[in-house]
Amino acid sequence: MGIFDYFRTSKPKTAQVAKERLQILIKHERIDRSGPDFLPQLRNDIMEVIRKYVQIDEKDVNVQLGRVNNYEVLELNITLPDRTAQ
Amino acid sequence: MSRIVVVTSGKGGVGKTTTSAAFATGLALKGYKTAVIDFDVGLRNLDLIMGCERRVVYDFINVISGEANLKQALIKDKRSDNLFILPASQTRDKDALTQEGVERVLKDLTEDGFDFIVCDSPAGIERGAALAMYFADDAVIVTNPEVSSVRDSDRILGLLQSRTRKAERGESIREHLLITRYSPARVASGDMLAMEDILEILAVPLIGVIPESGSVLQASNSGVPVILDKESTAGQAYDDFVRRFLGETVPHRFLEVEKKGLFKRLFGG
Ligand SMILES: Nc1ncnc2c1ncn2[C@@H]1O[C@H](COP(=O)(O)OP(=O)(O)O)[C@@H](O)[C@H]1O
Ligand SMILES: [Mg+2]
Repeated sequence: MGIFDYFRTSKPKTAQVAKERLQILIKHERIDRSGPDFLPQLRNDIMEVIRKYVQIDEKDVNVQLGRVNNYEVLELNITLPDRTAQ
Repeated sequence: MSRIVVVTSGKGGVGKTTTSAAFATGLALKGYKTAVIDFDVGLRNLDLIMGCERRVVYDFINVISGEANLKQALIKDKRSDNLFILPASQTRDKDALTQEGVERVLKDLTEDGFDFIVCDSPAGIERGAALAMYFADDAVIVTNPEVSSVRDSDRILGLLQSRTRKAERGESIREHLLITRYSPARVASGDMLAMEDILEILAVPLIGVIPESGSVLQASNSGVPVILDKESTAGQAYDDFVRRFLGETVPHRFLEVEKKGLFKRLFGG
C-alpha cells in the first residue's frame, strides 16, 4: 500500500455507516411484516439451530414467502461464513 | 368533509407536537377552520406549545366520557378565529380513550364544518398512537436524521398501511415525510444522514425539511407556535410545508450550509 492509498482509505463517515445499517435492517423488518405472523419466530428458530453448528449473523438468514404459480413457496437463504476465515 | 391528518413518528421527542402546533396554526392562518387534538393522554403538552395552558377547563377524555360537550372543551386560539385546540387529559388513564369515543368526536367536528383535524400522536405504538392514526386521511411522518427515528418511522409506515380504517377498507392513507431537526453542516461533514438517504430508505414523498433551530425552543418558551416567527428558518420551513400540503409547489430551502456573510461579500459566494 503506497502513501497515496493511505490517504484514500480513510474510514467511512458515520452517516454512510448509518445508511447501510438502516438499509439492511429495514429490508428485514419489512419482510417480517409482510409475511404471516409466524415468520419472524421461524427465522429466529432457524437461526438458533444453525448457530449450534456455525456462527452466523442476523443478516445472513433470509426467510421469504413467495408465490410460484399457485403454490406458496417458503424461500430460505442462508449465507455461511467463509471457512478459510475461521 | 373534514380532512383528518395524523402527525406521527413512533419515536418520542422528534418534533410531533412542535409540528402539530405549527401545522394547525398555518392552516388556520390560511383561512381553513382547523382543530388540533392532543392524543397524548396523561402527558398533555400541546396546550403549552400553543400557549393556552391556562384556559384548559375540559379535555378530550371529558368529551369522550360525556362529562362535557365538544363546545365546552374546545379552546379557541387567541391569534386565529379559525383555530381550536382540544387538550389531552392530564389525570386520566389511556384506557379512557376508546375507538367509538374518538370516532364520535371526529364526526362531531366534521359536522361543525372543520376543514382540517390535526391529530398530535403520542410516541410509541400503543393505544393512543394507534387511535390517533386510525381514522386519518393523511399522515405526516416526522423523522429526525438519526438511526432510531428512521427505523421507528418505517415501523409506523407499516402500521399506517395495515392498522387504519383506510387500510382495512383497501384504501390507503396519503403519507408525507417531514424531516425535522436537520443540520446541513453536520450532513456536509458526514456525521448526519442526508435528506436523500432518508428518502431512499423510507421511500415516502417528502413534504418538508425543518432545520435545527434555536427559535423552536424560544417559541415553546413563550407558547407561540414557531411558524409565527417569520424571521426564523424553522418558521419559514414550516410555512413552506403547510403550503406544499395545500398543493402549492414550493422549492425546499435551508438544505445547504449557510455561507458566512463576510465570506460572501469578499468572494461573492
Ligand atoms: N427544528 C427543531 N430545532 C430545534 N429543536 C427542536 C426542533 N423541533 C423540535 N425541537 C425540540 O425537540 C423537543 C421535542 O419536541 P416535541 O415537539 O415535543 O416532540 P414530540 O412531540 O415528538 O415528543 C423539544 O424540546 C423541541 O423544542
Ligand atoms: Mg408530543
